[in-house]
Amino acid sequence: MIINGVTIDATFAEAFPMKGTRAIITAQNEKWAMIAAQAMTGFATSVIACGCEAGIERTLTPDETPDGRPGVAIMIFAMGGKGLAKQLETRAGQCVLTSPTSALFAGINGGIRIPLGKNLRYFGDGFQTSKVISGKRYWRIPVMDGEFLAEATTGQVDAIGGGNFLVLAQSQPQALAACEAAIEEMKKIPNVIMPFPGGVVRSGSKVGSKYKSLGASTNDAFCPTLKGSTKKTDLSPDIESVMEIVIDGLTKEDIDKAMRVGIQAVCDLGAENGIMRISAGNYGGKLGPFHFHLQEIMA
Amino acid sequence: MSALTFTLKTQPNQRVDMSPLVCHVLEKLDATEIAAIKLHCGKSKMRVDELFTISGYDPKHILIRNSFNKLDYIGKDLDGGIIHVEGDAGAYCGMGMKTGAIKVFGNAGIYAGCEMKKGQLEIDGNTGDFLGGALAGNKMGMKGGLILVKGNAGDRVGDHLRRGTILIEGSAGDYCGSRMIAGTIAVMGFTGKFLGHSMRRGTLLLWNAPKLSASFNDCGSHTLAFLPMLFNSFKELNSPFANPQNAFNRVQRYAGDMAEIGRGEVLVKI
Repeated sequence: MIINGVTIDATFAEAFPMKGTRAIITAQNEKWAMIAAQAMTGFATSVIACGCEAGIERTLTPDETPDGRPGVAIMIFAMGGKGLAKQLETRAGQCVLTSPTSALFAGINGGIRIPLGKNLRYFGDGFQTSKVISGKRYWRIPVMDGEFLAEATTGQVDAIGGGNFLVLAQSQPQALAACEAAIEEMKKIPNVIMPFPGGVVRSGSKVGSKYKSLGASTNDAFCPTLKGSTKKTDLSPDIESVMEIVIDGLTKEDIDKAMRVGIQAVCDLGAENGIMRISAGNYGGKLGPFHFHLQEIMA
Repeated sequence: MSALTFTLKTQPNQRVDMSPLVCHVLEKLDATEIAAIKLHCGKSKMRVDELFTISGYDPKHILIRNSFNKLDYIGKDLDGGIIHVEGDAGAYCGMGMKTGAIKVFGNAGIYAGCEMKKGQLEIDGNTGDFLGGALAGNKMGMKGGLILVKGNAGDRVGDHLRRGTILIEGSAGDYCGSRMIAGTIAVMGFTGKFLGHSMRRGTLLLWNAPKLSASFNDCGSHTLAFLPMLFNSFKELNSPFANPQNAFNRVQRYAGDMAEIGRGEVLVKI
């Protein structure tokens, strides 16, 4: 398949089941809501070493938030429910509770309930109080700038992590420009995050390593400087840079949609802007049960 | 389907226990069985059709017409459905209600909504003492749900209140919120003496400054984030509480009762 001169490889992205949740952070203004959200989703690019993958889903207008203030929706994904709950709690406690004027609310009403403010309340040292409003419990924790308001729980649902596609370009600036265009469009899709810095990862990995202590290592088949030295390269001589976009989402359909708009944005730049191919990372179908076939998505 | 209507024929001299006439009981009975239910009336028992003219079919919507202040226990332990009371209700209206809704178009007697667990009780007129409270000797009053009183309430509103919300558009009597364990009582009018006496936790939300006991400490004026959310939860009500112009988030906060554990609060609009 070729779109605007860009070859879409007959391959698929391989994704795996995760547990996901969403939280809504509000503050006096969007600036401070965003600061809290960025802190909470920091150091959360990959479960390989961060314990979770997290990102900002979108900003929320005051009429979309529970307390009528500007807000930001963030999503966190982890390999298991226990790990997700732990990450959510520590991040909420260290990054949102501490952030001036912030409040924290559930972003998913269904699913299995996991603690949001339920355990943070103990920071109140006995002065905390709860209030049940419309069937939901909120904790009011006295803090030095007033009160930190946090919903007791949020919902944990089954999710999918590791949807991805690779952008293969003639140069590094062209690959990055294409990825930036893709991220711009993908951010408009609900229920997904792109957890890597700016949504883009330049160090895609393969499973395993020559070093026994490492579970993952550089994806040499897509490293342009190794075209002549690795046993099997996936790159033609004219490709000088490859970048990857990883997508975590609540459902397969959400990731499908995000991949479609992202790949389309890349293809819109086309071969004339140095974009040669779109490929994807997989492990022969052995790692994850969710397969995102590029040509089917773009059909 | 028209509401299952009980129209009182004449006002008996003795008090009547209306507790069997609730939706979840009547929906399992046919018209003959409903007519044959015996209600306690003073020391004697009377058939429903001796006291009431029965019409209508829908047991999920009960209408009591010509009601007066000796019809006690209306909607006791109600578990789903709607009861409308045209006239006054006697004592214990909505006591122990589990789910559903009761609307009284007149006044209600003592212990209205006492120990109710969920659902909504709306009273157009005034209520007697112990609104949403606990029965004598019991340690927990209302445990959930919402009570809306459009008139005034008597003494001891929310005595031993455990959870839930009591909204009073008028004024409340003495000892409002006494021995509260948690929950919320909002009063748009005035409150009497000994407000929040021995309250442990919970919120008393007031539009007018009360006369507070010495065991309540001033915590200063604050903007509280939960208040807009609380007011927003009232927006579906047919009440001034639903009017955004009556909402506020800036309050003077008093903590108490310090003679108890002192985790309760009185919030006064400023």
